[in-house]
Amino acid sequence: MELDKDGVSQVRFVLDPGSGVPTYLQLVHQVEQAMRLGVLRDGDRLPRIKDVVEALAINPNTVQKAYRELTSRGIVTGQQGIGTFVHGSLPVVGLAGQAALRRRLVTWVRAARDAGLDHGGISALVASVLHEESAAAPAAPAATGRREGQGAA
Amino acid sequence: MNAVETFRLTQRYGRTVALDDCKLAIPAGRVVALVGPNGAGKTTLLELAIGLRRPTAGRIEVLGADPGVRRDRVGFVDQHAALYPTLTIRELLRLGEHLNTRWDATVAWGRIEALGLPPQRRFGTLSGGQQSQVALALALSKRPDLLLLDEPLARLDPLARHDFLAALLSAVAEQEISVLFSSHNLAELERACDYLVVLRDGAVQLAGDVDDLVAHHELLTGPPERSGEVGAHTVVSRAGTAAQEHLLIRTRTPRPEPPPGWQRRPVTLDELVLAYLRSDAAARPGPQALVTR
Repeated sequence: MELDKDGVSQVRFVLDPGSGVPTYLQLVHQVEQAMRLGVLRDGDRLPRIKDVVEALAINPNTVQKAYRELTSRGIVTGQQGIGTFVHGSLPVVGLAGQAALRRRLVTWVRAARDAGLDHGGISALVASVLHEESAAAPAAPAATGRREGQGAA
Repeated sequence: MNAVETFRLTQRYGRTVALDDCKLAIPAGRVVALVGPNGAGKTTLLELAIGLRRPTAGRIEVLGADPGVRRDRVGFVDQHAALYPTLTIRELLRLGEHLNTRWDATVAWGRIEALGLPPQRRFGTLSGGQQSQVALALALSKRPDLLLLDEPLARLDPLARHDFLAALLSAVAEQEISVLFSSHNLAELERACDYLVVLRDGAVQLAGDVDDLVAHHELLTGPPERSGEVGAHTVVSRAGTAAQEHLLIRTRTPRPEPPPGWQRRPVTLDELVLAYLRSDAAARPGPQALVTR
């Protein structure tokens, strides 16, 4: 955790240049990840756009786009001239749920191997399906944001 | 208002054509990467924009007026950060104050202080990275509406490049500045820009909002015998072997399913630029074709 000039605890973004994931989505995912891990809690402040731009040397519009995306997912709120704050919490996929999903994935991967796909082929197929799914249904809201308390700073 | 707009702009040097009937409209408020191979016409376009040259034919408008008219609102940094080497930083700042009507001494000294450079140092004794930072500080102290940068990263090591971009982009985040930024290396600008202009042989090969461009292209891979079934897309580039073909296509909405056995994935900006640099003139979408906003 980092402290910024205002003494508020913050996430610090890092970028993976080789991931192929658009930069703004990497920022979105990192905020969600921080919320799932409890690093960012309801009411915490996100880093100021200028600070993110300066730390990562990225376009200010990219950060704005990430914050807009988080806002439209209902998990942060922007307050004019003050900052952007975490709003609500994210459902954490329980360990049991994760284990069940993982079991089904293992079964699927084995079926793909039996069908003759190698590592690269499986990755390409998964990437292709993720791409098609995200194009078909962009950014399904996954938040349990509170509706009340908009004015609370 | 457009930051820079050209109307059938042509520049010849003797028998060499540097810009050929170039049509381009760059909206204000964007960070624009101007990319293309050496000799594509990038520097010529920037020199015409600051009024260092007069075009052979056609017209260029900068901030809605002839080049030079808004000179006090346009900043320029070239790859040599060409400032007087024997002057000290303090003298350069004093010079800037006398030569510019909108000079902001607070911005100037704040930036020099942030760089940690002693004001009595002579410009010529600074490192390449420091010289570029000082040149940028001077250009930003003009409080420009438009910043024109000609290959400012070319001489810099990776750390200095990062610092230069960080300083530039945080200034953009604070003020409303349009930036037009030339480079023959897109990778170093990919995260900095939100608008892309690709020049080749003196003409615009591709121009548009980066996110729009990426969203409107896809890479399809599959067996060549079915490539005829890809459908009513524009194929920008085609590569591959007898067994497998790669098509970079400009998609339409709604996107039809690719033929059986074909897979699709999103393109990177790098792949997109390479494809357009390699594709023949017939595939040119024209400057406005992909701009949907």
